[in-house]
Amino acid sequence: MAHKIVRKRKLAHLVHEFVIEAPLIAEHAKPGHFIVVRIHEKGERIPLTIADTYKDDGTFKMIVRAVGKSTYELCMMKEEDELLDVVGPLGKPSEIENYGRVLLIGGGVGIATLHPIAKALYEAGNEIYSILGGRSKEYVIMEEDFKKYGEVLVTTDDGSYGMKGLVTDGMEHLVKEKSLNFDVAWAVGPTVMMKFAAFKGKELGIPKMWVSLNPIMVDGTGMCGACRVTVGGEIKFACVDGPEFDGYQVEWDEIIRRMNQYKEREKIALERFLEKVGDVSWL
Amino acid sequence: MALKIPPKKTPMKEQPPEERRKNFFEVALGYTPEEAIAEAQRCLTCPTKPCVKGCPVHIDIPTFIKHIKQGDFQGAIDTIKLYNNLPAACGRVCPQENQCESQCVVGRIPGSEPVAIGRLERFVADWEAEQGEVKLPEIKEKKGKKVAVVGAGPSGLTAAADLAKLGYDVTVFEAFHKPGGVLVYGIPEFRLPKKIVEREVEYIKKLGVKIVTNAVVGKTIPVDELLNEYDAVFIGVGAGAPKFIGVPGTNLNGVYSASEFLTRVNLMKAYLFPEYDTPVTVGKKVAVIGAGNTAMDAARTALRAGAEKVMIVYRRTEKEMPARLEEYHHAVEEGVEFHWLRQPIEYVGDENGNVIGVKCAVMKLGKPDDSGRRRPVPTGEEDFLEADMVIEAVGQQAQRILLDEFPQLERNKWGYIEADLETGATSVKGVFAGGDIVTGAATVIEAMGAGKKAAKAIDRYLSGEWNPWND
Ligand SMILES: Cc1cc2nc3c(=O)[nH]c(=O)nc-3n(C[C@H](O)[C@H](O)[C@H](O)COP(=O)(O)OP(=O)(O)OC[C@H]3O[C@@H](n4cnc5c(N)ncnc54)[C@H](O)[C@@H]3O)c2cc1C
Ligand SMILES: Cc1cc2nc3c(=O)[nH]c(=O)nc-3n(C[C@H](O)[C@H](O)[C@H](O)COP(=O)(O)OP(=O)(O)OC[C@H]3O[C@@H](n4cnc5c(N)ncnc54)[C@H](O)[C@@H]3O)c2cc1C
Ligand code: SF4
Ligand code: SF4
Ligand code: FES
Repeated sequence: MAHKIVRKRKLAHLVHEFVIEAPLIAEHAKPGHFIVVRIHEKGERIPLTIADTYKDDGTFKMIVRAVGKSTYELCMMKEEDELLDVVGPLGKPSEIENYGRVLLIGGGVGIATLHPIAKALYEAGNEIYSILGGRSKEYVIMEEDFKKYGEVLVTTDDGSYGMKGLVTDGMEHLVKEKSLNFDVAWAVGPTVMMKFAAFKGKELGIPKMWVSLNPIMVDGTGMCGACRVTVGGEIKFACVDGPEFDGYQVEWDEIIRRMNQYKEREKIALERFLEKVGDVSWL
Repeated sequence: MALKIPPKKTPMKEQPPEERRKNFFEVALGYTPEEAIAEAQRCLTCPTKPCVKGCPVHIDIPTFIKHIKQGDFQGAIDTIKLYNNLPAACGRVCPQENQCESQCVVGRIPGSEPVAIGRLERFVADWEAEQGEVKLPEIKEKKGKKVAVVGAGPSGLTAAADLAKLGYDVTVFEAFHKPGGVLVYGIPEFRLPKKIVEREVEYIKKLGVKIVTNAVVGKTIPVDELLNEYDAVFIGVGAGAPKFIGVPGTNLNGVYSASEFLTRVNLMKAYLFPEYDTPVTVGKKVAVIGAGNTAMDAARTALRAGAEKVMIVYRRTEKEMPARLEEYHHAVEEGVEFHWLRQPIEYVGDENGNVIGVKCAVMKLGKPDDSGRRRPVPTGEEDFLEADMVIEAVGQQAQRILLDEFPQLERNKWGYIEADLETGATSVKGVFAGGDIVTGAATVIEAMGAGKKAAKAIDRYLSGEWNPWND
């Protein structure tokens, strides 16, 4: 069954938001879940997080950052176009409960991934502080949405908006200068960001930090082992055991290395694709 | 006995090894009608039908072969289809030497090979497909009852087809984007062309079976919904989860499970990258760990995908190897190297975390173990095999995604579903199971046999004749 793109909008350069028709997914998805998309018959299976669900009209939202051939191609699709395959919701949902005071750290498109978690934690009665980080002002998305749940601190690498610095600087600020104690934290964003957020969290004495790993996947259902990561010294399959894990136990360098396995091939695919489609500066 | 039976099977043409090791086209090319008739004439039409006992779905072998003898290929395929909904696949991948052909009396004559039952089955199935319209069997009057089948592998597809023929409304839910199970993501194109699987799946759809792909039961469709909406459920989710030996270096770049490697290549067509989007990086020197059918498939696939050297690394010897002899010979012909009595103890990586070789313990054979095979024991020596890609093919385990969401379903000590082997009945009322998820990794035709038995049992249960859960 093909899945229609009901709405699409650009959030930032190379970052697009989609609303996709998929009634069964909309009905069953929980925060933390992801889907796997295959655009067309020759497409690869790409995992993407469910950013929100709309049960009433059987749709869900996803936010995609163009980084390689498949995500460029996806971001170039239009409203009314159809995705050939969408499967999900996959993965374990986030462990939502009333922890007390929660710190949420989002970077780049990870901010979108973090959003349903923020909403659920808020509804569960937590006091929420969010740090949203981006390279520059343009990449800090959904600030207004997060403000609904609590205080928001924005950091940008270039200082074009909010505090100049990295999310880890934001963490120092909240814990040291504002003397806030957190019961638990979530960090969702680029792998390197999550790695350093985890180091910082440990240093600052935050008891636990969930991170959402995005290793390379194929099936997303536990049948291939491509997504294996080492957590607490044990091999885990991120698609069925995760994708959220205890960030203090993740072997970060290994996952970063494994994510680069196909770099050369991905480059060929993207170059060939961009040659064919011409100017994409509008994307 | 002065029988004038040619002692050898009528040979089947194959692509020559030098050619086929570079392409993904089918290795074995099938019989011509003349060859098929000649082979059929080797069959004695034994009234006691010993061969039938060797076939897990009990195809009436002498009868279908008799039709071939008479040139009545339609009659032959009609006979087969009374028992088997996937004959073109089984004729190709059944381990006939352990099944039907192992019981054939011709094979008992000293110096004689059994009748090539599998090849004949393949021939008539392919013959029918070439005729265009595939004949549909009789479908019983609709019963107005709904059955859900989870998993579109051989067991699920067989159960679905049989239940549809009996008049049930059957919906198959498949997690992947394509139905077929191992037939599409595991067994490679050069042994079982995917067109043939598609053709067999089309046939099952024509029987009225609805196949819903991208539907992960337990996730897309919660278990209780399924139990509430359907009168009975058949689970055939397979044993698709990969096992790793767990030696240091398992997560180095370039170390794959056979499932990942084969899925990338077969299902996602990575060998056609970049025309297809899924990449796979095939090394120059590939070490495949294990010597079962999956290992042979991975090794031969790696050759075709461009590896210069492919080694099979196995802790026992040729004699204990679980792979089919035919596939082993194919691999040898194609130039796969075999390193016996080597047990990997570490995958070694370079400073960038890419695998560069396999450190092995050199083994020798000791006393027989539970399986009756001599147990390999370390000699204390070590060996190093250079390899820039490692593919582990050391076994599969239960597919978890459904089981994790279905705790009421009883499991055995190996983690497979506890089900009655004759009926497929599980611990949960109205739920049946069969195939690899019950027995552990087995064969296509055994999975189909389980699907068939379960279909029969489901029919008896739904028509009120039998209820093992007696309430
Ligand atoms: C659980 C999960 C949730 C994700 N959620 C989102 C999301 O909400 N929004 C978003 O924009 N991206 C998300 N990603 C990342 C997204 O899947 C990759 O960016 C995408 O697959 C890249 O494909 P590509 O062909 O465009 O790029 P490529 O050129 O193939 O790769 C670019 C980089 O993306 C990573 N990547 C490549 N293939 C895969 C793959 N099959 N699976 C995972 N990562 C891969 C690699 O690290 C690679 O270096 C998620 C990944 C995972 C595992
Ligand atoms: C590489 C390889 C080579 C082989 N070669 C041979 C051979 O030559 N001859 C032979 O006889 N046997 C061979 N086998 C074994 C044979 O393929 C299996 O025994 C057989 O396919 C088992 O069938 P099944 O129906 O039980 O499961 P599978 O074929 O594994 O099918 C299970 C299906 O269920 C789906 N599924 C899983 N979970 C869910 C869920 N929650 N919801 C929906 N769908 C789900 C899976 O995606 C899959 O499609 C081989 C196996 C492998 C791996
Ligand atoms: S289905 Fe397999 S075992 Fe049965 S007759 Fe055919 S080849 Fe032999
Ligand atoms: S046992 Fe062999 S010879 Fe006898 S009927 Fe079966 S196939 Fe023919
Ligand atoms: S993606 Fe294949 S096991 Fe996780």
